[in-house]
Formats: sequence, structure tokens, C-alpha cells
Amino acid sequence: MNDQPILQVQDVTKTFGGIMALNRVSFDLHEGEILGIIGPNGSGKTTLVNCITGFINLTRGKVFFRGKNITGKAAHKIADMGVTRTFQIMRPYYSLPAYKNLVIPLFSPRAKRTGGWRGGGKLGDRNTVSIDILEEMGFERESFVPYKMASTLPTGYLKRLELARCLSLRPEIILCDEVFSGLSMSEIASMVPLIERLQMEGITLIMIEHRLRELFRVANRVMVLNFGEKLIEGTPVEVMADEKVKEAYFGSEKVEEVTGYA
Amino acid sequence: MDIEQRRRERLDRGIKIRSDGLYALMSWRELSYLTLPRLVLIVGILIAPLVMPSMYWQRVISIVCIYALLSLSFDLLAHFVGLVSLGGAFFIGVGGYTTAILNTQLGLPPLLSIPLATVIGAIICTLFLLPCLPLRGVYFAIITLMYPLLLIRVIEALDILGGTDGIVGIASFDNRWVEQYFIILMVLLFLFGIRRLVNLDIGLVFRAVKDNDQAVRASGMSITYYKTIAVFIASAMGCLGGAYLAHLYMWAGLSSFALDFSILPIAATVIGGAGTLVGPVLGAFILVPISELLRAFGTLRITFYALILLGFIVFRSEGIMVYGQRKYHQFEKWVKV
Repeated sequence: MNDQPILQVQDVTKTFGGIMALNRVSFDLHEGEILGIIGPNGSGKTTLVNCITGFINLTRGKVFFRGKNITGKAAHKIADMGVTRTFQIMRPYYSLPAYKNLVIPLFSPRAKRTGGWRGGGKLGDRNTVSIDILEEMGFERESFVPYKMASTLPTGYLKRLELARCLSLRPEIILCDEVFSGLSMSEIASMVPLIERLQMEGITLIMIEHRLRELFRVANRVMVLNFGEKLIEGTPVEVMADEKVKEAYFGSEKVEEVTGYA
Repeated sequence: MDIEQRRRERLDRGIKIRSDGLYALMSWRELSYLTLPRLVLIVGILIAPLVMPSMYWQRVISIVCIYALLSLSFDLLAHFVGLVSLGGAFFIGVGGYTTAILNTQLGLPPLLSIPLATVIGAIICTLFLLPCLPLRGVYFAIITLMYPLLLIRVIEALDILGGTDGIVGIASFDNRWVEQYFIILMVLLFLFGIRRLVNLDIGLVFRAVKDNDQAVRASGMSITYYKTIAVFIASAMGCLGGAYLAHLYMWAGLSSFALDFSILPIAATVIGGAGTLVGPVLGAFILVPISELLRAFGTLRITFYALILLGFIVFRSEGIMVYGQRKYHQFEKWVKV
């Protein structure tokens, strides 16, 4: 691991009116690792992703990418630097075929800059490159699936399309917001190797998940959020052994002692 | 079972599939299948002024072309970028006043002042509309509707730009046929240009902005930048129409900001077929002459006009062009369920 973390999140706080969605969350992300973020519903996981990628402005705190302050930058500028994200509720372009969905990120300044002609850069054939990327993500090249309208694709393919959109930007970090949710067991089983391959290609990942079994297979470290606060951070084994995590997930019989309320 | 259930099945004609792409060059039949509809449109528009019975109707064709440009600009913004624009009046007014100033103050001839007014007017319109571009929803419609009303009052109150009299003494075209065919060629140019544009990669980005702007942001592209480009193109079309109108009437005044210019393009788009680009142009070619024909009915004109619109919306809400394309490209048959 490098000395300098690729992404530093310091004391990030986000309030919606009086609701504290995130309360002084800090963590470091090192190059090449997979950090899992788990927590019960409403614990602020997606808000954290939104804050890091600039989709919402954070109230307090700072985010550094490779030592550069990216707090409060516009979402497209952060994506342009290589910090990309997927959406929990998939956001494909429904009126376009699957492969045309990728032509759009390939048209972006970052893809033109980093891609070269084979990556669909300035002179590249974006249609061909997008089919290549889709094949990498598990769309069968010889089938008609890449040419189908995004509105007709099943959830599994849409999740892959989300990842493919990030991949076509040649990202340094991908923040995956629940890529396993809504998938069948067999679909998840085929997604896990994709994630592992992304890590082998040197991409750093943050994964928000509810599927703990699969997450713990791929994640190097896990962070637990509850009510917007960071409970614990550590290896999957450490995290699961922790009492506070069990309470957050399964509820505690001694509620007063944990929260202070009756 | 007594009741036989049937449904209508639609199949692409074989010739449509064969004539996709380069293969259309293989035979005359396939080539003509592709080019015939386009040729009918182009030739139809080109000879329209020649077959018109009088100078009056030739003038109507010119007005139709202005509305066609506005409809095209509405269709581009509404169905390819996702901005519902009521800015027709705004574009026409800005284009008209710009060309009026260029012509009367600087003495530029029409064939120079119109292109200049198109570009300068489009820049002005884009700058005015810039504040609401990062927003989503109805804000764009509200702002585009508000600006012409605002500008009318400003011109009235400050008595600038000729005040309520408008700017008079704008030069007309030297030649009647230049005047007629200038705008017709512009309509054809923009029609086919925009059709090409929306199928380029940048056009795909426009459609993506309409479909899902958050995903475009996540792809590292500024949605405001692409909306600005689209608004510039659309307002250029409107300003071109406005500048031409000013030279046609040799006058630019407050009625350039009339709401007709905002509303009629929407009706033309609905009738012609939304999102087809050709449809709105056809819609303008239907609606404006109908409105002229109905002048015989005097004050009942608007009633008949509304009834015709109503009929179109109830019975052919998809639009003429969508219907026509379906009939041309597919055949239908009834099959048992």
C-alpha cells in the first residue's frame, strides 16, 4: 500500500434540515483496495457517496483525492478526475440501445483524454469500443443484448451497464452503490469475478452493500455506518465480531444503554 | 369460444431492412425507397411558391417557413434536450431588433445583416437564458415565456429602440425570388442539418441529457455546457426567422414579441409528430395556411382553428409524421391471439 491514501474523507458532515445524515465521518482509502461500507437502511451510505462525488454539497468536512481538495467541486469535474460512481437506482438512458449508452461517457473529455484511439478517444470508433467494454462487463458480443434498448434490459444487465459507464471513463476510483441489490443469486455469482477483476486492473473500489457474504469475499476492509456515524472500521472478521455492529444490525435488548433514550 | 380475439401485428417491410446502411446503393428500388420521401419533401417545398396563385400566398409561404424554423427549434429543445421552450417570441423579437439595428444604423444589406443578426441574436438569447439552464423542469418554460413580456415593457417604458412605433425603414430584399428562396433554403438546411446533428455523438449526448441528466454528470460531462450549445442552436433558428421577418415587413416592432410565435410551434409539433423534426415543419405547413384560409370565417376563425387542432389531438395524437413513417416502413396484419 502507498503511503498517501488515494482518497481521504475528513469529518464529513451532512445535515438535511435538522436531520443529521452524516456526522463527522472520516476514513482513508488506499490505492488498489476494496472498502466495503455497510450499515442498516437510512444510515447515510448513499449520502456519503453523493457527498464524495459532488452530487450533493456537504455541510462540513473535506474530501481529498490524491492530496487535492475536491470538496464542493461540481459532480462532472470530480468524475472528470477519475472518481466515478454507480447509482443504486440504475440510471441508464432508456431511449437508447445499450451500446449507445456507453458512447456518451466515451464522448466525455476524460475518455477523450485518457482513452487514446483504441479507447474511443478523439479519433476512436466509439461504437466499437463500447461493445468491447460491454463484453468485458458480461454482455455477450455475438448476441443481440448490446443492441437492445436499455428500457428492455433486465436489472442484472442494467447494473452491469452502470459499471460499464464508470469503466468507459477509465476511472481510478469506482464508488459502487449496491451493485448486488435486486440480483438473483446466480447473477451475483457472476458479478463477483467482475469486481475482482476490476481490482486486479488497479481500480480502487468503494462498495456499499447489504449482501454481506459476497461483500466480505471481495472487500479488504469494511466500515460500518449507523445513524450517520462511523461505528467501526476493520477487516471483515473484526467487524462482524464487534458488539456495536451486532446491535446496529440486529437490534439490542438494552436500547437505553446504546442510545440513551428509552 | 365465440369471440375471436385478434390483434394487429406490425412487421418491418423487407425493403426497409435491406435498405439500411450502404446496401441501399445496391438497387434503384432500394435507393428510391430511401430517397423518395426526402425528395418529395424537398421538391414540394421548393416548388411551393411557384404554384401559389398570388403574391399574397407567396408571402404566406415565407411566414410558414418562419414558423417551420420555430417549430424545429421547439422540437429540438423539447424532444432532444428536454427543455420545454416557449421562447419563439423571444427569439423572433431579439433577431428582429438586432437585424433592424444592424440594417438601419450600420447600413448592412439584408443578406449580411440576417446572418449577423442570427449569430448575435443567438448569443444574446443564450446569455439571457443561461441562469435557468442548470435547473430542471418548468423553469426554462417560465423564463422563456417571461422574457418577451419583460422586453415589451422595457421598450415601452424607456422608449428605446423606437418605442411603441418600432424601428421603421429597414431595407427589403432587392429581388422577390431571393427573398422567397432564401428562407426556404434555410428551412431545408436547418432541417437536414439538425437531423444529422441529433444522430452524431454530440446529439446522443443531447438525448442523454433529456433522458437522464444525473448519469451525464456522472459521466464527467457538464449538462449546462451541452444545454447551452443546444439553446444556442435553437435560438439561432428563431433569430434567423425573426431577422428575416423584420426585412420582410421592413419593420421591427413590439408585435415581434407576440405570443403566437411561442404557441403555434407547439401546436405544429403536436400535429406533425413530436421528436421527428420533419413533423413540426410539416405541421407548420399545415397550420399556418389553414389559419389563413379560415380568415373567410371572420371572427369564427379561432373556433374552427381550435376544432381542427382538437381533432388532430384526439384522433392522431401521435402526429402525422409518426403515423406516416409507420405506414411507410411497416405493414400490418391481423393475427389470432
